[in-house]
Amino acid sequence: MFEKQYDVAVIGSGPGGLAAAIAAKEAGAQDVVVIERDVELGGILLQCIHNGFGSVIFKEDLTGPEYAYRFIDQAREVGVEAMMDTFVLDLTPHREIYAINKRDGMVKINARAVVLAMGCRERPRGALAIPGFRPAGIYTAGTAQRLVNIEGYMPGERFVILGSGDIGMIMARRLTFEGAKVERMLEILPYISGLKRNYVQCVLDYNIPLQLQRTVIDIKGRNRVEAVVSAQVDEHWQPIPGTEETIPCDTLLLSVGLIPENELSKKAGVELNPLTGGPYVDDTMQTNVPGIFAAGNVVHVYDLVDWVTKAGLLAGRHAGEYATQRRTESDRKLRVVAGDNVHHVIPEVLDPSDLEREPLELQFRVRRPVEAPVWVKVEADGELVKRKTERYVRPSEMIMVKLSPKDYDKVAGAKKLSVRVEEKG
Amino acid sequence: MAEETTKLICITCPVGCELTVTHEGKKVLKVEGNQCKLGIEYAKQEISEPRRMIITTVRVKGGFHPLVPVRSAEPVPKEKIFPILKELRKVELEAPIEMHQVVLENALGTGVDVVTSRSLPAS
Repeated sequence: MFEKQYDVAVIGSGPGGLAAAIAAKEAGAQDVVVIERDVELGGILLQCIHNGFGSVIFKEDLTGPEYAYRFIDQAREVGVEAMMDTFVLDLTPHREIYAINKRDGMVKINARAVVLAMGCRERPRGALAIPGFRPAGIYTAGTAQRLVNIEGYMPGERFVILGSGDIGMIMARRLTFEGAKVERMLEILPYISGLKRNYVQCVLDYNIPLQLQRTVIDIKGRNRVEAVVSAQVDEHWQPIPGTEETIPCDTLLLSVGLIPENELSKKAGVELNPLTGGPYVDDTMQTNVPGIFAAGNVVHVYDLVDWVTKAGLLAGRHAGEYATQRRTESDRKLRVVAGDNVHHVIPEVLDPSDLEREPLELQFRVRRPVEAPVWVKVEADGELVKRKTERYVRPSEMIMVKLSPKDYDKVAGAKKLSVRVEEKG
Repeated sequence: MAEETTKLICITCPVGCELTVTHEGKKVLKVEGNQCKLGIEYAKQEISEPRRMIITTVRVKGGFHPLVPVRSAEPVPKEKIFPILKELRKVELEAPIEMHQVVLENALGTGVDVVTSRSLPAS
């Protein structure tokens, strides 16, 4: 078997993986490889041909491929190696990667540090328990996006889109551009789940009929989708009898959420947080397995690609430092926990001595929306460390709080750091 | 002309500020709710002549993929979107393709070029 040694091996070449590979190289790692199952680098960005990327990092409005190419070009310039069309089969806790490709057959890669950058997957139909037959014409929105934007196939003519996530809204416009009719967009929540600007420029602009608090309760058709039946739901998401509507269509797209992709992580013994579906990480983005780091949507699903890049840069830098043994393990571990109206916080553990040197960012989502100003409070054993105001909070929008080295003294001796959200009186 | 107010959501960045625009016809008098200057520019443009980006694909002969993504270099007037899409449907490029290669110059007299948004090697 073909065997090779690397300082850092990155699994996945989307925005998280590319950023991690570049940062690892810049942190002094000699040999850095990115392993990608597709035939080219860039990940899902290549099918996200719309604009709206890069406002944070570049202060520019780029399309997905343009954003990807900035990092693909940079990765080449700094000498990151790429193994494309290569599928990773297994990862061990000792950072051995078993992969397969047409050129080399089975490959074993031994890495001093590994960065998990597998991104996320779309929640499939099976997870939604919609009854009916299994006719052709049911796709996740991202699969349809790949078919339309890269492979040049139209999956149907008359669409119903379930879910108002960003990919669903973007696809509503895209399909309209290609001459299809989007008959309906249905959202089970009382509010849209994607960005407001996509509601304006993808839904409102093209008069896509959007209905809130409705879902699909049945799919008609045996060989091909012929119609879907929608119904209004109550506050517990239960269909209300008598509100059913049959919507003729030939295709149903699902845009109902993204789940971090961690099948490989599990094989390596990486512990996952059931709330996020991603690994528990510390402030260096290291998982519970020493030398295995995680970058981007594989940890928790971000709202913006710019944040994925930042997470990748952080994970990659620390993976590079780990591989070159410039970072010594510390046993100073401070737990970070979710308090009132906080769903989860990343990182889950931090080393206070890192905060002594540089600012650290806590990232979290709320459990419930509050459409009024709130305090976000970070407390160490109940003592206030930092607070900031948010004009509103919604589960669909990730919130960031920065701790600075000035906060070190308040955090240094604490056992537990907590983040909570409190309505302003 | 009478003063009126229009509610808009700024689409310039992902924040999505909810704007209240006071205007007389196409003349903007006041913008509220914006968190940055771009909101004012957006409101003025949206009230006088709404513009949007064109994002689609065109066919490629002999390419690594059968399509290449294209974008308008800048936003174009909204009512030009479907006519420009129709023009782009007639285009077939030949691989290899460079990033930002011009696909449609001065699309339908808008003064805006449509360009490719990635490079694409030959198959």
